[in-house]
Amino acid sequence: MSITVYVPRDASALSLGADAVAKAIGAEAASRNLDVRIVRNGSRGLYWLEPMVEVETSAGRVAYGPVQPTDVMGLFDAHFLHGGEDVLKLGLTEDISWLKSQQRLTFARMGIIDPRSLDDYLAHDGYRGLAAALKMEPAAIVQAVTDSGLRGRGGAAFPAGIKWKTCLDAAADQKYIVCNADEGDSGTFSDRMIMEGDPFVLIEGMSIAGLAVGATHGYIYLRIEYPHAQRALEAAIEAAKARGYLGDNICGSGKAFHLEVRMAAGAYICGEETSLLESLEGKRGQVRFKPPLPAIQGLFGKPTVINNVITLATVPIILDRGAAFYRDYGMGRSRGTLPLQLAGNVKRTGLVERAFGVTLRELIEEYGGGTASGRPVRAVQVGGPLGAYIPASQLDTPIDYEAFAAIGGMVGHGGVVVFDDTVDMAAQARFAMEFCAIESCGKCTPCRIGSTRGVEVIDRIIAGDMAERARNEVLLRDLCQTMVAGSLCALGGMAPFPVLSALDHFHEDFDRSAPSLLNPLPFGERVG
Amino acid sequence: MKPAKNVASLPPIDDKVRDAVLDVTARLKDQPGALLPILHGVQASLGYVPEEVIPLIAREMNLSRADVHGVVSFYHFFRTRPAGKRVIYLCRAESCQSMGAAKLEQHVKQRLGVDFHETTTDGAWTLEPVYCLGNCACSPAMMVDDELKGRVTPESFDAWLLSEAK
Repeated sequence: MSITVYVPRDASALSLGADAVAKAIGAEAASRNLDVRIVRNGSRGLYWLEPMVEVETSAGRVAYGPVQPTDVMGLFDAHFLHGGEDVLKLGLTEDISWLKSQQRLTFARMGIIDPRSLDDYLAHDGYRGLAAALKMEPAAIVQAVTDSGLRGRGGAAFPAGIKWKTCLDAAADQKYIVCNADEGDSGTFSDRMIMEGDPFVLIEGMSIAGLAVGATHGYIYLRIEYPHAQRALEAAIEAAKARGYLGDNICGSGKAFHLEVRMAAGAYICGEETSLLESLEGKRGQVRFKPPLPAIQGLFGKPTVINNVITLATVPIILDRGAAFYRDYGMGRSRGTLPLQLAGNVKRTGLVERAFGVTLRELIEEYGGGTASGRPVRAVQVGGPLGAYIPASQLDTPIDYEAFAAIGGMVGHGGVVVFDDTVDMAAQARFAMEFCAIESCGKCTPCRIGSTRGVEVIDRIIAGDMAERARNEVLLRDLCQTMVAGSLCALGGMAPFPVLSALDHFHEDFDRSAPSLLNPLPFGERVG
Repeated sequence: MKPAKNVASLPPIDDKVRDAVLDVTARLKDQPGALLPILHGVQASLGYVPEEVIPLIAREMNLSRADVHGVVSFYHFFRTRPAGKRVIYLCRAESCQSMGAAKLEQHVKQRLGVDFHETTTDGAWTLEPVYCLGNCACSPAMMVDDELKGRVTPESFDAWLLSEAK
């Protein structure tokens, strides 16, 4: 009987050489006349151990990692196919404490199944949410999502059920489900993992959304930087179509749902929902005025549910296990779990799905094991490039939408980027404005002009003398306020948050003498 | 976008280029919101979206040239000039910054002798900035065409470049 070996096909694992490892294992098995079946799974999310190879044994799956092609011969010599001892052996995968202490609901199948196999998905509770939804009235599906307390995981945290209800109540001949897969925030990769490692769960979630609001067509708007996710999604869509899970008559119910992937073209702003809709319509990705809400007048002017990948991928388990099951996780008004992404200068980076309420300190110290550089943590940016920089003194803040808002931060899409004490916070503040200038859609003045002026003012603060600094800081704070209050969307409206947090918590970095040769000005993209 | 009549005659373009564009538009223009898929198709086929095909795309789509130009110029991914043989997308975003991306960026620019958006004189490499590749757990990251690389250091970049030259 053949032995099953798992080598991830996840893009991050590939970036560390997983393909070469899979090839080496195949070649070594062939040369030893061993019957090995290699499955290319998603990543378990323990990225400091990637490429992590797992072997199916009678006791369960045994993990080895990080494996390089040069390690493969030694692994065979150590009888890793039977769980043999080796310096790279990590033990039973499910016993790895980093994984065991998590509460994986959205990521329940991550790294376990073969993402190209619909049968594997079905064997691991796949499509049970859709089966339940097919027996329900649309309003009851929407009610279940509302009762679960699920809020938009893209960053805005708007209650998903309310959005769906608005769309359900809008009368139209055509409605759409749009999945926002333009995951542009630095420090985030949970959408990518789902699309590459468990694409059927997203397809199932979108199908359920279609049934709930009466939409028969869905689009996944996917960023161009994710070619691996594109391949995985397209393969999964084909498989789902072939087996009647997508098409004119899904699962023989008489209900139709069609799905296609549309590629973005490298504009960060297209992660903003109305700008995304413009882009899907084939236009410049410029933000729309709201109202009308997309749920009433969205894609091609029709009622549209637009949700993030994680939001939609969480819907199947809610329908399968019930709203109460999901709602019982979490704290306060933040219900359920959040797949947190531990990134940047951290020893043990990866994906941690936990109920809301886990603290930043627990994440960074217990899961992360501190910084990769071994130096003290100085600042943590949560929620992407528009999120505030949180100083080490506030690490005990629980991950909860309201708790973060209270300290001027945001949970956003759950990305956590850690910086050690070598970080120059004045440079980080400058970058926030620079990024906003490069990515602004140009529709509103506070964002388009304000960001460029912001870069200039920060440059003057860094370069100027004491008096100049004080004058310009007043100007910068005033400019930030104008952007926060006057911008049309979250890009211009939130880009000042990292700037203001750097000024508030790390003021000393703006007070240094003019940059020396050793500490040059951050060089960057041309702005303006 | 209002459909507009293109009264001006089309500027002359190379037959091969015209055929390539018409092949893409014929395939894709009837789907809703077809312009981005078409531009992706043209760039995949020609390597870039030449300025001179914009009037042709506009005519096929029944749009104004300004509409098409506006879309091409809005998105960072579309290029109107040819790139080098391969494109290096180097991540400049925060997670990579926390792991030394600024130093890596300086090194890569010096090593290749180009700034962002430029192509090496031998036409081998084009260097582009990118803001997040979703490889934040393995920062700093870069992507070469569609091949993702993680934990890139100045040393590993040099070693990789050398191996590519062979």
